[in-house]
Amino acid sequence: MGTLPEGFFPRIVFLLQNYGTSFLLGAGTTLYIALISTIIGCLIGFVCGIIQTIPVGHNDNFFKKALLWLSRVILNIYVEVFRGTPMMAQAVFIFYGYSYLTGNTLPRMFAAILIVSINTGAYMAETVRGGILSIDLGQTEGAKAIGMTHVQTMTGVILPQALRNIMPQIGNNLIINIKDTCVLSAISIVELFFTFKSVSGAYYTMFEAITITMAIYLAMTLSFSRLLRWLEGKMDGDDSFDLATADTLAHTSGMVRFRSGNKEVDKTGVKERGR
Amino acid sequence: MKESILEVRHLGKKFGDNVVLRDIDFSVKTGDVTSIIGASGSGKSTLLRCINLLEEPSAGQILFHGRDILEKGFKVPPYRAKVGMVFQSFNLFSNMTVLENCMVGQCKILKKDKATAEKLAKEYLDKVGMAAYINAKPRQISGGQKQRVAIARALSMEPEVLLFDEPTSALDPQMVGEVLDVMKTLVQEGLTMLVVTHEMAFARDVSSHTVFMKDGVICEEGCPEQIFGKPEKQETQEFLSRFFDR
Repeated sequence: MGTLPEGFFPRIVFLLQNYGTSFLLGAGTTLYIALISTIIGCLIGFVCGIIQTIPVGHNDNFFKKALLWLSRVILNIYVEVFRGTPMMAQAVFIFYGYSYLTGNTLPRMFAAILIVSINTGAYMAETVRGGILSIDLGQTEGAKAIGMTHVQTMTGVILPQALRNIMPQIGNNLIINIKDTCVLSAISIVELFFTFKSVSGAYYTMFEAITITMAIYLAMTLSFSRLLRWLEGKMDGDDSFDLATADTLAHTSGMVRFRSGNKEVDKTGVKERGR
Repeated sequence: MKESILEVRHLGKKFGDNVVLRDIDFSVKTGDVTSIIGASGSGKSTLLRCINLLEEPSAGQILFHGRDILEKGFKVPPYRAKVGMVFQSFNLFSNMTVLENCMVGQCKILKKDKATAEKLAKEYLDKVGMAAYINAKPRQISGGQKQRVAIARALSMEPEVLLFDEPTSALDPQMVGEVLDVMKTLVQEGLTMLVVTHEMAFARDVSSHTVFMKDGVICEEGCPEQIFGKPEKQETQEFLSRFFDR
């Protein structure tokens, strides 16, 4: 191990040489929990969003109405409880509560993912509801008019568009989750913050160790915010489309949104630039 | 005697205390082209939306092949699949291409396989003159083109009757022409249609039956020759004079 050198930068190098792998493992665990939980949280949010927006018609039977009412009450309680209490407290409550009630211990990683997922789900439920409300009512009517059921309308037409609209919010959640997994150190999950506590405790190098830890957090959040931007661009799709004809005169009659000065315009007119 | 596909009986619709439709009675027979005319706010669109159950009627009956669609336990989605609808604002699915718009209903609701659905979709897109645009997204085409795709989408479901809710009201005169031409082709092919429109010339020349609505009631109905030629009611005369005395 060697002795701890003097000075800020030498100490940073020393910590990285001796604990670099621990930091990376911690960061890996953090990322793993954050990514999986965000995805599961989104799925929970989508299911809640669909249930919250199921319309009730006049000729629905009593059973369906009662079931819908009950599930909405449960969803509301879920959202309010998990948005309204700190995630650290929830982690302790669920982890130790489970041991207290059953006498067994929840596997730590499972507990971690469970807690972050249902916490994210509570926020995503409202986000998804907002995303669904943001889609023009005409889309729903168009889908209903060709005979789609509520679930078909949602999965086929509304949610794909809502998903695009709430991508910035999903990104927000992912970044919040990357940072907030640090509260899981309360139930001894060995993620990045837990690693920091162990490393800094070994030589009392608080300042040096937290600098490294923050740099790693920042690197992770920055990469993911860039990645999500790129993904959004991908989802928007190409601005151009191919005319499905080899007739070189066809486009002269109908192609309106022609952008002048565009380099991709093909002289044969087979590839046109739309919008 | 032709069979009635749709029969509307004593239909009423209220939004809160606001009565929009009162005691509407009429029927649509196979092969009929019924046009519904009247001033904005007279309840034409609401009537059409009630027929498709996009609005819930407050009173009366709507019979589809003699069966009341408002009775408890009536399966609405399969009914809507047989009664197509074309909207004023097109309502094409923004997340799909033109071709997918015309295929999604066939695949998801009629459970056709992809190849069959694609073939039929292309056939109808060709009929409305949009075959070259199958790869375009709705945001990339013009209003008239969108409406023609919307008609192709409705036709791909091979509906028994097609409802048009002011299909040309959001379009400029040239695009109105494009869409009306397509609709005239459909009339010649014998499709049963119910058209809410402000295009008086279309209603007069193309439809087989005309309904004039005012303030939520049917004021006068009959063949277009009668309604446009020698309307009996004063309200009808007043309404039509604004269109033809210009």
